[in-house]
Amino acid sequence: MIQLIVNGEPQVVPSPDSGTTNDPRLNIRQLLEHMGLQGKRIAVERNGEIVPRSQFDQPMLASGDKLEIVVAVGGG
Amino acid sequence: MDKLVIAGKAYSSRLLVGTGKYRDFDETRTAVDASGAEIITVAIRRTNLGQNPEEPSLLDVLPPSQYTLLPNTAGCYTVEDAVRTLRLARELLDGHTLVKLEVLGDPKTLYPNIVETLKAAEILIKEDFQVMVYTSDDPIAARQLEEIGCIAIMPLASLIGSGMGILNPWNLQIIIENAKVPVIVDAGVGTASDAAIAMELGCDGVLMNTAIAAAQNPVLMASAMKKAVEAGREAYLAGRMPKKLYSASPSSPVEGVIGNMSGK
Repeated sequence: MIQLIVNGEPQVVPSPDSGTTNDPRLNIRQLLEHMGLQGKRIAVERNGEIVPRSQFDQPMLASGDKLEIVVAVGGG
Repeated sequence: MDKLVIAGKAYSSRLLVGTGKYRDFDETRTAVDASGAEIITVAIRRTNLGQNPEEPSLLDVLPPSQYTLLPNTAGCYTVEDAVRTLRLARELLDGHTLVKLEVLGDPKTLYPNIVETLKAAEILIKEDFQVMVYTSDDPIAARQLEEIGCIAIMPLASLIGSGMGILNPWNLQIIIENAKVPVIVDAGVGTASDAAIAMELGCDGVLMNTAIAAAQNPVLMASAMKKAVEAGREAYLAGRMPKKLYSASPSSPVEGVIGNMSGK
């Protein structure tokens, strides 16, 4: 299990399937799928740094990481 | 044609509108379209973790292909939060750099913190953002924000969401007179006449949200605001007649009034 802080709240995500990868870290795409956010227009910040969409397939998430996932909403 | 030019792009509408406080996306879209606005502000917020994935998002209703989106930093009280928010916005909107910066100083009044606003603007400009900046109606703050490279100065007319109208036209006039970048009144407009007054003062545009969204009939108010901004702009360009306490020059001929023996 990987324990993350997503948008200020704890989020426990299963580790990636060891049959398909040797890397114990999760990638952003897997996290978004776990959260039901796949295909949504979102932006992600990990530990204070932007994660460009081009890096969503790179395994990078480990326990303790703090993530912000944002969308555009109505505002003035 | 009389266009508003922001960051090298010409806009026909001088009314910029927010997208908050509407009943639903349908009303948002209808009101935005009735306003004729081409530049619309959006906020950047955490995804609602329990959200229904099928629910439409704001960007489905107001696609960036049809409008110039202006992501804002509403709700940010620190330089760090404002800068992080706009970096996320740039990523969210595929490299879009035109932004509205506001760094607030007080949750009760939502009055801007100019010291922090200046710091945040400097960082953002170094990172190649094009910063339209919310500020007080202090002419010196406006000048400093322009000097560091903000591309539009957006002073309040009165407090955010107050609908109190143009409280200090004299300060706005000084800001307009000094600025070489567009001056857009942001915040405080309550009704159509307020928007017209802002434009008559020589503002380049008006940005509003609550005045439309909190009207009894938001779509009708959006249409009223469109006309008010156009009317105010035309009146400004036309140049108003001078004010006099009274005039000895009536509009109808003095000669030829009936029953007057001498004709005088």
